[in-house]
Amino acid sequence: MALLDASGGDIFREEEARMTSSSSKYPEPDGPLLSVRSVTKRYGARIGCEDISFDLWPGEVLGVVGESGSGKSTLLGCLSGQLRPDAGEVLFDTRDRGPVDTLRMSEPQRRHLARTDWAFVHQNPRDGLRMGVSAGGNVGERLMAGGARHYGRIREAASDWLGRVEIDTGRIDDRPRQFSGGMQQRLQIARNLVSGPRLAFMDEPTGGLDVSVQARLLDLLRGLVRDMGLSAVLVTHDLAVVRLLADRLIVMKDGRVVETGLTDQVLDDPQHDYTQLLVSSVLQV
Amino acid sequence: MYVAVKGGERAIDAAHAWLDRSRRGPVDQPVLDTAQIRDQMGLAVTRVMAEGSLYDPDLAALAIKQACGDLIEAIFLIRAYRTTLPRFGASIPIDTAAMRLKRRVSATFKDAPGGQILGPTFDYTHRLLDFRLMADGELPTEPLAEGGETESAATPHVLSFLNRDGLIEDAAPDETPPADLTREPMELPADRTLRLQALARGDEGFLLGLAYSTQRGYARNHAFVGELRIGMVAVEMDIPELGFAIEIGEIEVTECETVNQFKGSRSEPAQFTRGYGLTFGQTERKALAMALVDRALRWEELGEEDQGAPAQDQEFVLSHCDNIQATGFLEHIKLPHYVDFQAELELVRRLRAGLSDQDEDAA
Amino acid sequence: MSDQAYNFAYLDEGTKRMIRRAILKGIAVPGYQVPFASREMPMPYGWGTGGVQVTAAVLTPGDVLKVIDQGADDTTNAVSIRKFFQRTAGVATTERTNEATMIQTRHRIPETPLTGDQILVYQVPIPEPMRFLEPRETETRRIHALADYGLMQVRLYEDIARHGEIATSYAYPVEVAGRYVMDPSPIPKFDNPKLDDCPAIQLFGAGREQRIYALPPYTHVRSLDFEDHPFTASKADHACAICGSGTSYLDEVITDDAGGRMFVCSDTDYCAQNAKGGA
Repeated sequence: MALLDASGGDIFREEEARMTSSSSKYPEPDGPLLSVRSVTKRYGARIGCEDISFDLWPGEVLGVVGESGSGKSTLLGCLSGQLRPDAGEVLFDTRDRGPVDTLRMSEPQRRHLARTDWAFVHQNPRDGLRMGVSAGGNVGERLMAGGARHYGRIREAASDWLGRVEIDTGRIDDRPRQFSGGMQQRLQIARNLVSGPRLAFMDEPTGGLDVSVQARLLDLLRGLVRDMGLSAVLVTHDLAVVRLLADRLIVMKDGRVVETGLTDQVLDDPQHDYTQLLVSSVLQV
Repeated sequence: MYVAVKGGERAIDAAHAWLDRSRRGPVDQPVLDTAQIRDQMGLAVTRVMAEGSLYDPDLAALAIKQACGDLIEAIFLIRAYRTTLPRFGASIPIDTAAMRLKRRVSATFKDAPGGQILGPTFDYTHRLLDFRLMADGELPTEPLAEGGETESAATPHVLSFLNRDGLIEDAAPDETPPADLTREPMELPADRTLRLQALARGDEGFLLGLAYSTQRGYARNHAFVGELRIGMVAVEMDIPELGFAIEIGEIEVTECETVNQFKGSRSEPAQFTRGYGLTFGQTERKALAMALVDRALRWEELGEEDQGAPAQDQEFVLSHCDNIQATGFLEHIKLPHYVDFQAELELVRRLRAGLSDQDEDAA
Repeated sequence: MSDQAYNFAYLDEGTKRMIRRAILKGIAVPGYQVPFASREMPMPYGWGTGGVQVTAAVLTPGDVLKVIDQGADDTTNAVSIRKFFQRTAGVATTERTNEATMIQTRHRIPETPLTGDQILVYQVPIPEPMRFLEPRETETRRIHALADYGLMQVRLYEDIARHGEIATSYAYPVEVAGRYVMDPSPIPKFDNPKLDDCPAIQLFGAGREQRIYALPPYTHVRSLDFEDHPFTASKADHACAICGSGTSYLDEVITDDAGGRMFVCSDTDYCAQNAKGGA
């Protein structure tokens, strides 16, 4: 417990400093933020995902595409600690101890990481928000979990973040139920990013939204990722989303990676048959 | 000058005296004998035994009399008494296949070795008030059918026939000693043995409602009554000094096994599955309900989908099925709460005052 | 005179040992809810069965017992529980706080400061401070194990956002010795400061919910709050109409049907002593 409290406090203070000076520069990376090594997950005889390896560098956005059932959501679950892989390593470059295999961390350590240095954006905002708690409370929760005990400052931070995700700060005391789908999704993003995470897991973050709302959200996400130097693993079946957000792509089929590369390269010149099929099945804009 | 209310003690004594009188009723009527309750209100007695978790028809009859017929109150009396009893040990599992049957029906097979026995059931009675019972209560003129209870020639369970073909999940004996709900705190998630213990003493009405909800689509589990049997079974105990088990008595139980359709899941092949209910005495509705709820609670081990139905939620079911816990907590809101209420009053007044300040500020 | 049909203080010695083990564990881990195999008692669940079992397990023939409900010795349920122990344990009873070695209470902490020679036993209806935020036991256990208490603070935040203050007036959550968040039972928040640094042993019993927890003497107990919205122990802004005390917790009594009301001490012993000039 002592460890949890101490490190939680540190991260919170660090974050507080960052919130006040959002223009701080990030040092040049000396290694990947996330190293995934041979991650395999089976459901009985069926393969969830098999032998997945990649590196994610600070500030990089990796898109994982494939049709439903291709194993991309299983992979995301394995990386974010929500599923337990049968084999492999997921090394995360922690602030205090350097690269640590998150699969071998204790539950308190992993949860601590999940609410400080990681973000998880669910496709359905209902899965990522507390629907009975005000917008301000939703955004403030991570700060309070990290030990923040000053109502005024928590509210200020929440208010600031509502502004950053383009939600009228006058609605700080409204509950998410009263928000539109797009607003709920932006609130979910604010709730996750308030702790200044370095790594975001996103599961179809624009799924279920109208096209015009999607565009605005993508724009916002792109800005936030750039401003915060955030790294992200973005799972989607929507190639337009990865074209806009992802630096690199992994294409998955039947639980395996069939193609990887820079986003433009993969989308403009797909090598694998399956990728060609994926790309050709999307109307060109 | 104001004087604080005193005299709680005298009020309690007076209330108890009043209760005693009201229980007795008009003295020109004969007093109700507990033997009459035991022998003529048998189904009330068995419900009290089942949910009181104590097999003793005489004590159950006494409890019903003392509780003026309020069965939950009677169950409570039995439970409180049960707490004080010394525990000598556990019996060996009863053998329900060797039951001396007074009733045995199967809805899945027209006939099965051992036959169908209707027994003393309300099933096909027309629910017409029988005013003869008000007048006298003479025995029916029809003679009792030949045989009555079967002799203890073992009658195999109907489901064992399905089992031979592998069409129903195997119910292999489990030798791990089950946890004891009455001696250890309930631990969640609870395994099936613990769940069955809780259901066996759970409130009949609560389980009936839950079981009914599964039939109406809240986690439907397609139950057929594979077999329902009621009768006497021997209770045997290992006596360490003797080195073998001896029979220490006989109890009446109701056992219900349901056959439930199951299309298979990722982990299990398509086959029939089982729900199980076992209760003291002739408590047929309870045993049926228990079997349906048991089956609904097994969704996880069978790899079924969580439909979010109340009957699938073991924490919900197990935390709320005990009527003694439920009635105690429900009724405790009758107790004085004026300290808390005072704290709330003060808060509400302050919040209202704050609100009117704000209104003035706004104005 | 005690009832010979039952063991001293009703419970058999095996059960008492089991409860004492739970109490010791509770004292060793302040604020942690220890599961125990609560027995069916001859009074209903929700009416003090947890407190009664704890009292029965620690009571000795030499003890002097006081039982209060709402601060008063003569409320019906206090009378009933006191009678139960007179009958089953034959111990001496008292209405005086400073004469008692054991005090069983529902909803109040006596006004008279407790001493190191006393044990205070609370009756607890719902021991889980997170229960109304998270109904699942499996989930709340995890929250305590990981000290993942952000949600509780969110609840307080929501109160302030909506009402301008923390709108919890009783069963106000506390943090024990810098670790566990604990429900102090439904005492008014006025009593919360008395939990802190108390010389007496404080034991909490929840019968229906099968939990025991404890505060060893001189434990630091902090009521949850915000730095800029600190906890305040409040009470009705009046003096007692009987003894004149301006510092004790008050009951509001309706005196007529025209809206007349008066305020009197909730702690009847304190009030009587104070009126005599002895408190």
